[in-house]
Formats: sequence, C-alpha cells, structure tokens
Amino acid sequence: MPLRSDIKKVLIIGSGPIIIGQAAEFDYAGTQGCRALKAEGLEVVLINSNPATIMTDKAMADKVYIEPLTLEAVKKVIRIERPDSLLSTLGGQTGLTLSMQLAECGFLEEMGVKLLGADPLTIHKAEDRQAFKDTMEKIGQPVIPSKVVETVEDAVEFAKVITYPVIVRPAFTLGGTGGGIAGSEEELRDIATNGLRLSPITQILVEKCISGWKEIEFEVIRDSKGNVITVCSMENFDPVGVHTGDSIVVAPAVTLADKEYQMLRSAALDIISELKVEGGCNCQFALKPDSFEYAVIEVNPRVSRSSALASKATGYPIAKVAAKIAIGYTLDEIVNAVTGKTYACFEPALDYIVVKFPKWPFDKFVYAKRTLGTQMMATGEIMAIGTSFEHALMKAVRSIELGLDSMNMKRLRFIDDKTLYDMLRNTDDIRSFVVFENIRRGVSLDDIHDITKIDKWFLGKLLHLVQIERELSEGELTEEKYLYAKRYGYLDKTIEEISGQKCPMHKNAVYKPVDTCAGEFAAETPYFYSTFDDENEAEEFIQRHDTGKKRVLVFGSGPIRIGQGIEFDYCSVHCVWALREMGYEAVICNNNPETVSTDFDTGDRLYFDPLTPEDVRSLIETEKPFGAVVQFGGQTAIKLTRHLADMGVNILGTSPDSIDAAEDRERFDELLNKCGIPRPAGHTVMNTEEAKSAANSLGYPVLMRPSYVLGGQNMIIAHSDTDIEEYMAIITAGGLENPVLIDKYMMGKEVEVDAICDGKDVLIPGIMEHIERAGVHSGDSISVYPAMTLTKRVRETIIDYTRKLAFALDVIGLVNIQYVVYNNEVYVIEVNPRSSRTVPYISKVTGVPMVDIATKIMLGSSLAEQGYKGGLYREAEHIAVKVPVFSFEKLHDVDTALGPEMKSTGEVLGIAKTFEDALYKGLIAAGYNMDTKKRGGVLITVRDTDKQEILYVAEKFERLGFDIYATSGTASVLNRNMIAANMVRKASEPAPNVMTLLDSGKIDYVISTSAHGRQPQRDSVKIRRKTVERSVCCLTSIDTANAVADILSMGKNIDEEEMVDICSI
Amino acid sequence: MKKAYILLADGSLFKGEHFGAEGTAIGEIVFATGMTGYEETLTDPSYYGQIVMQTFPLIGNYGVNKEDKESGGCYLKGYIAREFCDMPSNFRSEGSINGFLIENGIPGISGVDTRHLTKMIREQGVMNGALTTENAEDEGIRAALLEKVRSYRIENAVESVTVKEEKTQKPENEKYRVVLYDFGSKENIRRELLKRGCTVITVPAHTTAERIKEIAPDGIMLSNGPGDPAENTSVIVEVKKLTKTGIPIFGICLGHQIMALANGARTEKLHYGHRGANQPVKDTDLDRTFVTSQNHGYAVISDSLPPSAGRVSHINANDGTCEGIRYTAFPCFTVQFHPEACGGPRDTAFLFDEFIGMMRSDKNAAEK
Repeated sequence: MPLRSDIKKVLIIGSGPIIIGQAAEFDYAGTQGCRALKAEGLEVVLINSNPATIMTDKAMADKVYIEPLTLEAVKKVIRIERPDSLLSTLGGQTGLTLSMQLAECGFLEEMGVKLLGADPLTIHKAEDRQAFKDTMEKIGQPVIPSKVVETVEDAVEFAKVITYPVIVRPAFTLGGTGGGIAGSEEELRDIATNGLRLSPITQILVEKCISGWKEIEFEVIRDSKGNVITVCSMENFDPVGVHTGDSIVVAPAVTLADKEYQMLRSAALDIISELKVEGGCNCQFALKPDSFEYAVIEVNPRVSRSSALASKATGYPIAKVAAKIAIGYTLDEIVNAVTGKTYACFEPALDYIVVKFPKWPFDKFVYAKRTLGTQMMATGEIMAIGTSFEHALMKAVRSIELGLDSMNMKRLRFIDDKTLYDMLRNTDDIRSFVVFENIRRGVSLDDIHDITKIDKWFLGKLLHLVQIERELSEGELTEEKYLYAKRYGYLDKTIEEISGQKCPMHKNAVYKPVDTCAGEFAAETPYFYSTFDDENEAEEFIQRHDTGKKRVLVFGSGPIRIGQGIEFDYCSVHCVWALREMGYEAVICNNNPETVSTDFDTGDRLYFDPLTPEDVRSLIETEKPFGAVVQFGGQTAIKLTRHLADMGVNILGTSPDSIDAAEDRERFDELLNKCGIPRPAGHTVMNTEEAKSAANSLGYPVLMRPSYVLGGQNMIIAHSDTDIEEYMAIITAGGLENPVLIDKYMMGKEVEVDAICDGKDVLIPGIMEHIERAGVHSGDSISVYPAMTLTKRVRETIIDYTRKLAFALDVIGLVNIQYVVYNNEVYVIEVNPRSSRTVPYISKVTGVPMVDIATKIMLGSSLAEQGYKGGLYREAEHIAVKVPVFSFEKLHDVDTALGPEMKSTGEVLGIAKTFEDALYKGLIAAGYNMDTKKRGGVLITVRDTDKQEILYVAEKFERLGFDIYATSGTASVLNRNMIAANMVRKASEPAPNVMTLLDSGKIDYVISTSAHGRQPQRDSVKIRRKTVERSVCCLTSIDTANAVADILSMGKNIDEEEMVDICSI
Repeated sequence: MKKAYILLADGSLFKGEHFGAEGTAIGEIVFATGMTGYEETLTDPSYYGQIVMQTFPLIGNYGVNKEDKESGGCYLKGYIAREFCDMPSNFRSEGSINGFLIENGIPGISGVDTRHLTKMIREQGVMNGALTTENAEDEGIRAALLEKVRSYRIENAVESVTVKEEKTQKPENEKYRVVLYDFGSKENIRRELLKRGCTVITVPAHTTAERIKEIAPDGIMLSNGPGDPAENTSVIVEVKKLTKTGIPIFGICLGHQIMALANGARTEKLHYGHRGANQPVKDTDLDRTFVTSQNHGYAVISDSLPPSAGRVSHINANDGTCEGIRYTAFPCFTVQFHPEACGGPRDTAFLFDEFIGMMRSDKNAAEK
C-alpha cells in the first residue's frame, strides 16, 4: 500500500529529557522518523521538552515545540496545530504513554486525530499485566507464572504447581526488601512469613524463578499487510536477572542452535502478529539453558534502545521503516537503503558479531549501590563490531572509557584468590572483569558457570583471551603471535605491555562494511568497522567514489554519561552537515549506537570503532583526511588531539597547543595573569597535610578537585578539615598520580558564555546566568538566557574577558567560559575551547547556528563573511530557562544534594516571553510538582550556613499556605524569626520522626542542604533518599527553593501559557 | 596450528588454519549466509559436490547433535568458516564441529577472510576451488591442484545422494500416504509430513512412475536435491507421467525445478545462487512476502513456463527469480525455497498444510 492519502500533517511526540533508561536512542528514532515523514512531503509537528536533541532542530520538522511533555501541553499544541495524525511509537515510553492518555480520554477523536503506529488495544495488550498474560496464553506463548498471595499456605500451594525455585516479592516494600529466592518449601515458609510481615498490605507475589536462564531478544517489524520480519536477535552475556540495559549484549544470538533460534523467532512473529503492531516491536525471552522451555518476559510495541542497537548492529533502519509503515507503506515497497537494490522485507544477515557494553555512572557516584538488577542503571552504552566475540569485546572495553585496553582490571590484581572468587557472586558492574581475572588465575569455567550462570560459550571466549595473553607473555614475541593477537583485538600498546617486548612489526587495521546482507549484494552504504584482514573495503570505496572533495574526519563523543551527553552528538552531527554543505566529505568516527551521529546516512562515511589513538591511526591511514575536527566530541574527542597532531593530522580549529593551555593549570594561570583576568585563588597539593594547610590559608569553604578532570568528576566543596580528610582518602585510594587543586570557593552568581571566535572577532550568541550560585555544577544549575540580573558593568566585563580569553587562547571555533560574579567582581572559573552542553539550546533560542558558523570558521571562513559581527548578539525575544533532570530513582544510595560534581542526566527547556513563564514551563517539564492549588507541607532541614537565608524562602512558603516542618536546629531558627515551624525528630530518633513524616504523605517539598552529605549512612542523605522513594520534590539549593516558591506564588497554569514554535522565532 | 589453503580456479590462493579432516577437497565453492543452522547445512544433501563457506564468522558455537541432522551423511566436499568453536556450549551438544568433520572426512579451513572470498564469488560467480592441507604455496603442488580444480564438474549428483531402496515410515495415526520422491531429501520434509499424519514412503530417484502408481499414494512429494536439474532427464520423464495421475503433488527446490522442466520450462544457473535463511519471497496470491530458507544454484526461467502449464506464484523479492509455480492442468504446486526450514525460518510451513488440504479434498472427492 502506498502513502495513505488521509495523512497530511503528523504530530510526533519526543521522549523528553535524557534519563536512565530513556536516552539518545529516541533522538535517533525521532530524527529518522521526522526525516522519513518529511521526505514523503508530509507536514511534521514535533513536541519535545529536550533542547539538546537533533530532532528539535528547526530543520527537522515544520513546527517544533520545545514544551513540557504533559497532557495539557500536548493537548494545547494539538489544538493549535490540528494535525490529522499522531505517531506514537518513536518517543519511548513517554511518547507512548502520552499518546495513550490522549486516545483514552477521547481527545484525539474529538480533534479528529488518527493514532499511527500502535493502537490503544495493542498497547493495552502489551503493557497491562493481566491483558498481556491473557494475550500470551491465547496464542500459546508461555509467560513466567506468578500469583499474588496473602498467606504462607497459599504461597506453598502455588509453589508446588510452578515448582521450585520461586521468587518472593513482597508488595510495597522498597527495593524489594523482604523478598528472596526459595529453593524448597522450608525456605519458602521462612521467606514468605517474613515478606508478608514486611508488606504493609500483607501481600506477596510468588513467581517462578528463572534467574540463570538465557535472555534473548528479537527486534521484529510488521506492516499493515501482515508481513513480518525479525531484524536482529540479541543475546545477553548476563543471564536473566540483570536488566538488558545493564548487560553486555551480543548480536546476533550465539549460543542458540537453529531449533531454539527458530522457536523464539517464530514466537516473536506470532506475538507481533497477534498484537497487530504496525511498526517495530521488541520481544524479550527467557530461555532455559537445558531445555526448550522458555517464557516471554516483555514486549515493547515501539522503537526502543534495543531497536536502536539492532539498527546499528545490522544497518537496518528500524525507526525509519517503522515511520514509513505508520503512514501506509508496506515492507515490500520500502527499499533497503544499504543495498539500494533490495527491499526492507528481508532479514539482515551479519558477517560479524556485535558487542554492546553499558556505561555506568558509578565513577561519579562512588557511594551508589552497584548491584545490577531489574532496574537499569547505565546512562549510556557503546557498541563494538568485530569478526569474533573476542575482537568485539576488546574494542568494547576500550570504547567504554574506563581507562582499560583489555579485560585486565588492574585493581583486581591485588585481591587475594579467595576474595576474588567470592566476588563472582556479586552481580555488579565489574563482574565481567572479575570473571576474567578468575579465569586468568586458573579457576575452572565450570565453577564460574555454576556461580554466575554465564554461558560457558562466553567464558570459553574469555579463556581464549587469557590464553592469548599467556602466549604473549611467554617467550619471544614473534610476528605470528603478534598477528594472532591483533586478530583478536589487541592494541600494539597492549601487546607490548603484556609481552614486555617491542612489537616485531606494525599492522594497520582495514575496514569492512556493515551491509545487511553478509556480502551477498554490493552495498551502497559507507558504514565500516575495523578488522585485521588484508582487504580494505573502505579504501576501495573511497577510490570508487572519489569525488575530488577534501575529506574531514569528525570525532564523536562516545558513550552518554553524566557530564557528556547528547548535546555533543548534536554538535558533531551539525558539524558534519555544515561540512557537507560546504562541499567537504564528512567522515564520522564514533562508537555510541544510540545516536544520530552513528546513523549511516548522517555523514559521507561512518566508522563504528573505538576512539583511542591507535584505533584512530588506522583510520587516518585509510582516509588520509585533509583535517580532523575534535572540538565537538566532548572530552572523548579532545583527548585525541595531541595524538592526532603527532600523527601529522591537521587539527581544524583551535590548535592542540591552545587546548593544552586551557587544560594545564600552570599554563592557564600564566595566561590569565597576562590578560589581567582574576580567578579564585588556589593551590596545588599532593597530600592531605598540604591540602589542609592550603585550605586553611585560603579560608573555608574551598573547592577541591583532581587536576585533569572530566566534567567535575570527584569535585567537592570542603567546609572543614574533616571534609578534606574524607575527600583525600577517596581520591588517594586509587593512587594519586596527578595533583589535587584547592581553590577558594566563592559563593557568587555563576555566569556562562558560549562564544565563537575566528581570530579576528568574537561573537557571543548569549550570556547565561544560573539560578543557583556557584558551587552547583553548571550542568545541574537552572540556567537562564539571557542573563537577567547582571549590571551593565559586569556584563561588559564578561564580554571583555571573553574576547581577551578567546584571543589569548587563539580560539578558532567555539569556546565556553564559566564565570563567577562575587561582590560585583568577575572571576573566571573555567575555559573550554570546545563545544559545550549549552550550544544546542542557545543555537535554537538565539537562531545563531553556532556549530555551523564555527565549522565554517575552522575551514577558513570568517564571522564577517557569514554576516556576523563581533560582540554580544542581539538578545532573543524569548527567555529560555534550562532545567536539569536527574535519574535518582534509578540509583540506590546516591546523595541527591547538588554540588560541584554533576549529577543530572538530562535537561529540559522552558521558553516564554517572560522569565517567570519560562521558568514555570521549565520546572513543569522537568517534573517538578508545580500544583499551585494544593497546599501541603514543606520540610526544611538546612546546614548552619544556610539558616539565615532560608528564612526568606520559608516565609514565602508559609505565606503560600504551606505547613512548615523542620528539624530541631532549623526549626528553632525559624521559630525565633516568627515563622511557625513544627519541629520534627531526626531520622535517628524514635518515630514519629522525619522519616515517618515523609511516609505520611503530608510533605510536598523538602528543602535540604547539608555540610557533609554524600555517604549513605548520614541522616541528611537518608532524608533525601527518602524523598526520592516517596516521589517528594526535594530542593537541595536555597536558590532553587526560592525560585520554586516565587513561581508557585504566581499561581500559573499551563493552559494559559503560550506554546512557542521555535521555527517561528 | 596447521595451515590449510583455498585455491580458486582463477589461481587466487587464501591461507588459513586447518580444522576437520586432513586432505584435499575439490568442489564448487558456494557461500551460505544463514547465521544459525550450520549442522543442517553440513548434512543437507543439496550441497553435494560443493565446498561450503559460511559468511557468519562464528561457526560451531552450539556443537553438533543427532537430532539436527538433515540426512544420514555429509555430502559437501569441504567447509570454510572464519572461526570454528572448539568449546561448544549447548545442552544438546554431543560433540564439536571439528570432530564431526573429522568423522565425516571433510577438510575444513578457518582464519580466512570469508567476506573477501564471498565478494569474489558474488562478482565472478560460482567458482571451483580446492581446500587442501597440502602446501599450496609450493608451485608444483599448486599447478597440479589447479588443473584438477579447473576440470572439476559435479556429476551424478542426485544418483549419489538418493536412497538406495524404498523405505516406509508411519506416523501414529495415519491419515494420508505420501510418496517422497527422493532426490537428496532433507529429513525435515519427512518430519513435517509425519507430523501431519502422513505415512512417508521414500523412493529412490530412479523409481518409475509405474511403481509410484502401484503404491497408490494420496500425494507425491518431490524433494530437494543437488546439481543441475536438467541433467535428470529420466526423472523428468517419470515426473511428466505422474502429472497425468491426478495425484496431488508438492515440489520443493530441485523437485520444483524438475516439475517445471517436465512441463516444458527451462532452468538456468544463477550467478552465485541463493543460500541463506533470509531470502524474501513474494506470494503473489496472498500479496504477502515471506522470509524463507533457500539453497539453490539453479532457477526456473519464469518466461519459459508455458502459460498453459501453470503460472508463477512466488517471486524472489531481491532478484525477481521464480520461486514457485502453481500448475493448472493437474493438482500440483511447487516452490523453490524450503518450507521445511531446518535451518532457517518456519514461516512457510503452512505450505505443508496446503498440501495436506489438497490430499484431503482429493480424498473427499474420491469418496463421494
């Protein structure tokens, strides 16, 4: 069937801010969807609150609303735009849920909007527990048997039916407290008794325990004719029990014989056919390792993280095909873009294997509980393609940026055998490395399998790596040994380290394409990965398609992590587009499967490979580029600068020396001196004693961080000697290699500037001001554009300093500078001669395409030639407020208090004509409770230094009609100042106390600051964790609390807000 | 690691590591793109005379077992895998692929750039080659091998793989009796029929139409098999006779080609054939496209089928070649792909039901 004639204007709902479990994959899906629909001549309206996305670019849709993803806001947009259709399946769970709500309340029907992609019944059948069970039963698909019971006898009775082991999950206990696995009736009686006692409603779920089963996924597509195909199978390294997002995953499935594979494939097709999905669908199965028994775990009738992975793993663009199906096309009509000859109605054949490796935030959250379970914790992931599992895995560990170049995790070497063996029982982020180290020490694969249930196939491959390393370490490093190690993914550097010998030769990698068909047809698509074979298909491709254009390499930003998120992908992609527009060939190298940059039709060529110097060297040899761009790929790309320069690569834009000058503390200080620009006073120290004396001479509080950090990692504010001792203990635990920096902490106004410099002029598209004073990481602050409260003099100073710094650093391209304004003086905190987190939203709001301009400048154009003058660009008509979004509910034991170390995973934007409206929208979009009618309670518990300032905020809440509760110290200050506060006992004191108060539901907001925090056992952290569990809005900065109180007092309502189409700005 | 070599008819030489049996195999090199089902491939008689290369790099992961065999033997000549797994992991595994190849005397090679080889075959077409553990770097050895490679031809393919004598297998409740005309049939054709209540009487390829009429089956199944279909001149004659009996006939792969030849169509050799588990086939009656399992080097030329005989009912969505025919003058349909799967998707298994349906209505009509 061709394009449906009744579809002219389609609304697409995005997935909102990046949170754990919902990341860049939906920008990739949404962008593909938008492009596919626009290519059909349809009018596309987009709503998404996340400004860092590519899909919210003006070019992506006809109308773009960066507005809160709430029912009211979406309704409002529908009323304004009157689309005839709504595509529900590209915006993750957020988009799907909103679409369903709109359908169920009859609004879509009322507005004459057709729901495309999946109908409500389909979604109900997939998402409602009982409906799902019934549907699966109807088509004979087994699900995991479970039953809710209220007595021990019923539990025992049911367990007899489903056979042991069983899992007991008490209802309404947090984090599964009181649950467990019972292997016998005796054990079950114990666990069930305990679970029933702990459950507030005396209820437990008894479920068949399938931990240890294999976890297999299929990505399936179906069209309106009923054609069904599977795009890809995937198998988890970790058996059932670890969320697939937290597991190492391989594609295709490797340990299944054809009989098992086809059994599950057929099941997946039966499921999608029964659900009548028109588009993509993800089916997850658990397969018993010693029989054909299996169970359907989950079905997602939409595109997902897995579908993004499957798309990149196979070259089959699932989201694009799903979008085309949604508007009427069928699989047999859609051309396979990779071959250009065949159709989308086929199943990709791979001639390589793919390994996905998760990126966890535990390097940031040192106190977080690292046990992996059913709640995903990874913020991002990388994908590696190889000719063997070993090859791909070795690439994966390099790509994940943990400082590893093999499976050897150095710190495990120091652990004794017994402890290391016991560590096999921990299902955590380092398990694969612990397994490897145990194998290295000779623990049998059988033993490891018995404990971990990881399939012996995977263990055998790890053993192979151990054997390769043993060979390397024994005797002469021959060419044969060298080449064998190369084949399995070892770097020269690693081979030399392991063997203690120089490599006898050097072999560069060659490149093979991802072509969807295992070489059966000639591929058109330039999507490559490296191998150590002899035939270099990329080189042939370049020769065959020689356009005579200059080639430029653009390095991407690797896995999404806190501090380096989707915004860098936005920048990389825009750089590529600008390069192509200018007549260059743009070549991308990146390893993140979730992103738009790794969509094979973003650039002229895509290399899916690790971003390490040696990996990149081969790429340079093959591409022989005119130049390389590093300033858009975050720290990942910046780190390559010096190596690239050493290889003789022309670094476009700001020179490697300038980048070094900004990163090296001494050089930077010298530069500031030369320019006469002040920065907060500071010292460099190497040990605790030095640190304490430096801090005392500067005067507390001080800001501490290791030199050479990424995104505020391990940065704290120390208020006392005790803080310094604790901090130094953490940072020296891993052996102190670089000095620690101690700076005077100035609690002033933080201001951020993104600027573009061509060497002659400096264009400042905008100055942003943070709501929270310095001390809260800029990524975690609410940021306002344009700056609202700066005096003329301060503003001019900032412009002046920005110019001076850009020139002094010889910036060619983008530069991001952070200032603190303290006692009306401007100090520089940080200069990053590269793109920043704020570039996407400032570009969108100001209409200055910063990355495009910067790219053109790097290639010789000037600001003037592009029609821009130096200085501050005219202020936009709209105010834009960026509000950070956190994923605390996904991470156990993480302190939610904001500080110098970044904790947010994503952001939203509020755009309006006034500051208050923009902030209101931003807060709503970020999920703050902004119900202006409800008046409950506010719990205040703040550190001594905040006790004076909190009075003003408390008074505002009191005046709004909230009941004020406070812990003893805070309460007495409030009461002394005529603010009626109910005193609440501390968490450590007997109930009723602050914890039971939070449980009571009386509290709407908590304002909590503390001098210490961090460690989960501290009272302040316990209170903040409790707010996460109880979904109570917790404000950990007085400034944020103040802003929230102000907005609440205005009694705003989203229905009265203007919806802003940024295409019309 | 012992070395092994692949020598192609055009003289190109690939060096790799040896596994499986020692020795030299000469055959037609073909590539198969299925990502699972190597054991089915190894035991599929249709690969007679060929050196099979797997494009998926990891072979042998789940070992080998008795249940997954598609025939009693291993008819291919040599086996090429990028990596073979010597530590298989699967609850049904009874041994490694290495052991299996040794047992069956099939030499194998790993550690070669299979993608490079695949591309050569794709560009230049199916090619003869040798897989050897002899030192092919030695010019003398290479020259001698090359001569053999260049003169190699697959001959008497069907004769070599068909059963020697008739055999009968009964299901628990017999509903129909089917003659399986065995040109090198895969075991799963038999299993699919048995599962549906058919007694399967497997007859050798040289069986006459008269003998089949004597058996008086409810249906006739023309099996898959190896080689050039046009070589089977006597079988074609017998099959032609069977079309006059009015007995429902279902043909798969070679069976499909032989039926077409018996009805005046012609076949041609494909450039490099279709071998894999992902081939899209459009069923023009249902207006549906199915993902199918395929293994064939020849195809029926669609235009050559006399319109009076039947019509093309299935088309390969990739290259438009003939994938199925429905005959008009007698109850028969045939497909080029493998609805019995093994390995590969089971999406077209319903064709067996259709065959059963044909037999049922035929029987009902006879009873009336």
